[in-house]
Amino acid sequence: MSVDAKQAPREAGRAAVVQMRGISVEFPGVKALQEVDFRLLPGEVHALMGENGAGKSTLIKALTGVYTPTAGVTLLDGREVSFSGPADAQDSGISTVYQEVNLCPNLTVAENILLGREPRRFGAVDGRACRARAAELLADMGLHIDPGSVLAEHPIAIQQLVAIARAVAVDAKVLILDEPTSSLDQDEVAELFRIMRVLRDRGVAILFVSHFLEQVYEISDRMTVLRNGRLVGEHLTADLSRLDLVSLMIGRELGALAEVERLAGQAGEEASTVPVLQATGVGRKGSVAPFDLQINRGEVVGLAGLLGSGRTELARLLFGADRPDSGQVRIDGKALHLRSPRAAIAAGIAYCSEDRKGEGVVADLSIRDNLILAMQAANGWARPIPRKTKDQLVEKWIKALDIRPADPDALVGKLSGGNQQKVLLARWLITKPKVLILDEPTRGIDIGAKTQIQKLVAELAQEGMAVVYISAELEEVARLSHRVVVMKDRSKIAELDQHATVDDIMRLIAHVDERSEAVAA
Amino acid sequence: MTSTRPLDRFRSSPLLWPLVALVVLLAANAVVRPSFLALRFQDGHLYGSLVDILKNGAPTLLIALGMCLVIATRGIDLSVGAVVAIAGAVACSSIVGAGDPTSAKAAFVGMGLALALCAVLGLWNGFLVAALRIQPIIATLVLMTAGRGIAMLITDGQIITVRNPTFRTVGAGFLLLPVSILIAVAVFVLVAIVTRKTALGLLIESVGINPEASRLAGLRSRTIRWTVYVFAAICAGIAGLMISSNVSAADANNAGLWIEMDAILAVVIGGTSLAGGRYSLAGTLLGALIIQTLTTTVYSMGIAPEITLVFKAVVVIAVCLLQAPKVRAVLLRRTPRRPARPVSDAEPAAAQHAQTPTASMVEKVAQS
Amino acid sequence: MTTSATPVKGKAPLGAILRGRSVPGRVVPVIATFVLFVLLFGVGAARYEGFTSGQVVANLFIDNAFLIVIAVGMTFVIVTGGIDLSVGAVVALSTMVAAASLRAGLPAPLVVLLVLLMGSTLGLLMGLVIHYFEIQPFIVTLAGMFLARGLCFVVGVESISIKDPTFRSFATAAIPLSQNVSITWSVVIALALVAVAVWVLHRTRFGRTAYAVGGSESSATLMGLPVAKVKIGVYVISGLCSAIAGLLFSLYMLSGYGLHAVGMELDAIASVVIGGTLLSGGVGYVLGSLLGVLVLGVIQTLISFQGTLSSWWTKIAIGTLLLLFIVMQRVFMRRQP
Repeated sequence: MSVDAKQAPREAGRAAVVQMRGISVEFPGVKALQEVDFRLLPGEVHALMGENGAGKSTLIKALTGVYTPTAGVTLLDGREVSFSGPADAQDSGISTVYQEVNLCPNLTVAENILLGREPRRFGAVDGRACRARAAELLADMGLHIDPGSVLAEHPIAIQQLVAIARAVAVDAKVLILDEPTSSLDQDEVAELFRIMRVLRDRGVAILFVSHFLEQVYEISDRMTVLRNGRLVGEHLTADLSRLDLVSLMIGRELGALAEVERLAGQAGEEASTVPVLQATGVGRKGSVAPFDLQINRGEVVGLAGLLGSGRTELARLLFGADRPDSGQVRIDGKALHLRSPRAAIAAGIAYCSEDRKGEGVVADLSIRDNLILAMQAANGWARPIPRKTKDQLVEKWIKALDIRPADPDALVGKLSGGNQQKVLLARWLITKPKVLILDEPTRGIDIGAKTQIQKLVAELAQEGMAVVYISAELEEVARLSHRVVVMKDRSKIAELDQHATVDDIMRLIAHVDERSEAVAA
Repeated sequence: MTSTRPLDRFRSSPLLWPLVALVVLLAANAVVRPSFLALRFQDGHLYGSLVDILKNGAPTLLIALGMCLVIATRGIDLSVGAVVAIAGAVACSSIVGAGDPTSAKAAFVGMGLALALCAVLGLWNGFLVAALRIQPIIATLVLMTAGRGIAMLITDGQIITVRNPTFRTVGAGFLLLPVSILIAVAVFVLVAIVTRKTALGLLIESVGINPEASRLAGLRSRTIRWTVYVFAAICAGIAGLMISSNVSAADANNAGLWIEMDAILAVVIGGTSLAGGRYSLAGTLLGALIIQTLTTTVYSMGIAPEITLVFKAVVVIAVCLLQAPKVRAVLLRRTPRRPARPVSDAEPAAAQHAQTPTASMVEKVAQS
Repeated sequence: MTTSATPVKGKAPLGAILRGRSVPGRVVPVIATFVLFVLLFGVGAARYEGFTSGQVVANLFIDNAFLIVIAVGMTFVIVTGGIDLSVGAVVALSTMVAAASLRAGLPAPLVVLLVLLMGSTLGLLMGLVIHYFEIQPFIVTLAGMFLARGLCFVVGVESISIKDPTFRSFATAAIPLSQNVSITWSVVIALALVAVAVWVLHRTRFGRTAYAVGGSESSATLMGLPVAKVKIGVYVISGLCSAIAGLLFSLYMLSGYGLHAVGMELDAIASVVIGGTLLSGGVGYVLGSLLGVLVLGVIQTLISFQGTLSSWWTKIAIGTLLLLFIVMQRVFMRRQP
C-alpha cells in the first residue's frame, strides 16, 4: 500500500482551496513540523490524523496564523497568504471552531453568531435584523432555537453548533473543526455530521480533527496523517483500513492492546465474589435515580452509557463529590456516611474525574506535590509527610507509571494529557484505595499512554483492587470489564456479564428509544 | 529562614527585583543622607532610621502576611483597613470604660475583646466567601464599606484617647527594639513555620490553584479558606492595636486608611500573583519594607508627605512592569515547548512498545 | 461544568412573567433595585413631611450628579470584567487642576478641555498597561489612584477655591422645572451622559463587544473581535467620566482639593453592584447603575431627614445593601464560584 499517495485521481479536476507546501515550524530546540505538505479541496471533509504531539494543532495554528512557519508557503485559492492571527484568517474565509466552545455564554445566540458584523442602523446595532439574520442562518442548518435566548441556557452540544453557525456566517471557504465531538453524545454527533454534510455539499472545505476513529470513518472523505511533526501520508478514507491508519499514526502496532485483553481475561477468571462496595438505593434527585450496585474484590466494573446518561453522576455519588439524598453505601460491610469526598477517601474510595484539568491535577504544583496531595490531605495539615518518605514514594510511582518527564519538580500543568492522567492515577494509588473509580481516564490522550493505563487497570484488578471504569468508548469498556453496568436517562438499566459485547451494550442503550436506535444502527 | 525553599527559589527568582528595589532605595537614602544607616544605642533602646522603617512598617507587614495567605487561596480581603479601625475602637473604648483605665488588666481585657471581635469579623468574611461562595472582592467590600461605620458607631464618632502604659507598650514600647517590630517578626516567623514546616502551605496553594480538584483530592477547601480569612482579620486586629497604641487613641476615620491597598501592594510586589496559588512570605516581607522605606525616604528628603503617593505609584508601576516583561519572556520561552512536550511523550512510548513481541506481526499487516 | 447534562440555567420565572418571553434572571436585580428605591422613598414620604416635594427628588440628582457620572464610567469597566479604583482620585485631581488653572487665569473652556484631556489620558495609560502588560486592573488602577492623589498634592497641598465667574455662574444657575422645583446644569449633563452611555453600551458594536469581553475574553479574541480597542476604551471612558465628574464636583464644591472625593470609588462600585451589574463582568445595565446611585442618595436623604442618626449609619446601610444585593445575585445568577 502506498504511503505516499500524493495524487488521488478522483479529485484531480478540483483545485485545492488551501495548499501548504514544505511547512516547517520550529521553536528553539524543537522542530514541531518538518516540511509538511497539506492540501484541502473544496467540498470535502478532510480528517487530520495523528497522535497527540504529531503536529495536528501546530499545523492548524500555522494555517490560521497563530504560528508563523519557519519555512514553506501557504496558498489560499492559489494566492500566497500569511495571516497575522485567527481574526485575519477568518477575514479571508478560514474559520475555526475549537474543542472548548469559544463563545460568550452571557450573550444571546444571535449576538454570538453575528458579533462584529451585525446589521446596523444609524450606527447602532439593529437587534431585530440581527435576530432575523441569525434565525435564518440557524434554520439553514436545521437548528430551531430562539436566537434571542442567552447562550448559557443551551447544552454544550447546541453551543457547539452555534459556534459552527458563527463560523459559517462569514461565508467561510474553509471550516476547521478541532475536536468538536469530544463533549457530544451520539445523537448530537449525528446532528453535527448532518450539518457538516450540508456544508460540504455547499462546497465548503472542512478540516476535521477527532480522536474517534469511528467518527472519522463515518464523515471524512480523505485524511492526512502526521507523525512526529512529519507527513506520513494522504489517503482517501475509503482506501485505508482502520488498522492501517492506526499503524500509520503510531508507527507501531497494537500488541499492547492485545496484552490488555489477555490480562483482563485472566483477571476475569480470578475475579472474586467478595463484595468491597455495596450500594443500595443510592440516588440523588435530578441527577441519578436510586440504584443498587455491588463491586467485588479484584473486579473491573464498566459503566457504559451515552454522555448525560448519568454515568459520571453515579460515580460522583459513590465518591461523595455530590451528596446522595437516598440509599446507603457499605464498604466491607460497614455503612458509610458519604457527606464529602474526604469521607469517601477515608473509607478507601478514590475517584479520577473526567475533567482532568478542572477537577484533577493542580497545574501549578510540581509532580511531587500532586502525587502526595491526597495522602497529605488525608493525614491533615499538621502531619506533613517526611521528605524522605515523600521522595521514595514519588520516585517509585514516577518509575512505575513511566511518568515523563521523570522530574519530581516539573510543574504538572506542563505535562501532556497522558502524563497528567498518570499523575492523577498515582496520586490515588499512593493512598492504597479499595475501590478506584476512573472516569474517562483515556480521553484525549495518545494511544501509547492509553494502552499503558488500560494495562495498569487490568493489573490492579489482578492484584485485588476493585475498579469502576467509565468510558465513552464502548470497546474499551467491553474489553476491560468483568461486568458492565449500562446507564440510560440517568438510571441504571442493566448489568451485563463479562461476555458482553459492544453490540449488546449498544442494543440496550438504543432499546425503546427509536431515535437512538437509528443512530446506533 | 524557614527551609531551604526560599533560598532555592531566590536564584530563579521572583524575589530578585523586589530585593534590588529595596537595596536601591536604601542606597539612595544612604547617599543623600549618610547618617541614614547609622544605629544608636541609648537607654537600652536601639534608634536609627532603619529601626524607624521597621517600626512604622510593622502594621503593614502584619496585614500583608494575612493578605498573602488570603491571596494564595485566590481570595482578597479589602476589609482589613476597616478591621484595623474597629480593633482600635473596641480596645480604646473598652479601656476607657474599665474601672481603672490605667491598669494592665483593662489593657488586656480591651485587647482580648478587640482580637476576639476581629476573629468574628474574619469568620464573617470567611462565611461569605467559603460558605456562600461569594467572590472575595465583593464579599469583603461589604465589611470594607460598613466597617468604618461600625468603628464610628463604637467610638460614637469621637477620637477616643487612652492613657494606659500596658496598652502603650504594644505600639510604642521598647524591648531593645520597638515592641511592634518584635511582634511583627514573631508573627512572621510563626506563619513561616506553621505554613512551611507543616503541610498547610501546600494545601493553601493547592486550594488557590484549583479549588475543585483540591476538594476532590480530599482537602478541606472550605475550612482552609475560612481559616485564612480569620487569620487575616486577626493580623489586621493586631495591627490595629499597634496603630492605636502608638498614638494612644482610636481614630475610627483615619486609622488604617488605605492600609489594605498597601498590604495588597506588598504582597504583589513580593511576587505573589493575585490569581492565587504559589505565595512568597519572604517576598511579602520585602514588599512591605519597600513600601515603608519609600514613605520614610520621601519624609526624610523633605518632600511634602502627601506626595509619597506619587512615588508609591511610580514604584508599583515600575515593579509590576519589571515583573511583566519577565512573565512575557517566560511565556515566549514556554510557547514553543508546548508542541514539543507531547512529542517527547509519544516518542519514548513508541520506542518502548516497538519492542513488544507482537510488533513484527502488525508491521506485516500494515505493509500488506 | 463539564458535561452537557447539567446546562447552566439562567432563567427566572419573575423575569419571564415581566416580559412574557425568555428573559434572563439578570434583569431581576435591576427591578429589585427599582422596587427598593420606591420602597425607601415611600418610607420617607410616610414618615417625614415634605419628603415628597419635587425639590427633594431634584436634590437627589443635584447632590449625586457626579456620582452618577462616575458610576456610568464604572459600569463600562465592570461589564468587561475589570475594575477602576482610580475614579475618586481622578475626580480630586480634576477639581485640583481645574481650580489651579483657573487661578492661573486660564479661560474656562480651555480649563474644561484640559481636565477632560487629562482624565482620558490617565484612563488610556491605565488601559494600555492593563491590556498590553497583562497586569491585573485592580493593581494598575490602584497605582493610578495613588498617582492621581499624589499629583493633587503636587499641584497644591491646600484647598483652592474657584473664583472664576463662568464657573460660578454655571454652578449657581438654576433651571426651573416648575414653580418650586429647579435643577442645576450638572443634572442635565449627568442625565445626558446617561442617555449617551445607554446608547453606546447597549446598542453599538463597541458596547456589545464590551459584554463579550466580560463574558469570555479569550472567546472574544478568537471570535476576531477588537478586544484591545474595547478593553483600553472602557478605561478611557471611565477616565473621561471621572474628569467630567470632577468638573461637576468642582462646580458643586467651588473648590479644588486633594482630599475631595475620598472613597468615592467605593460608592461608585457599590452603586454599580446594587444596580445589578456583576463584578465578574458580562452582565449589567447603565440604568441599573443610575438606580443604584439614587438608592444611595435616598438613604442619605432619609438619614438627614431623620436628624438624630449619625452620618456613619450611611456607611453601614450601604454595606448592608451591598450584602443583600450580592446574596441576591448569587441566588438569581447561580454563577460558578
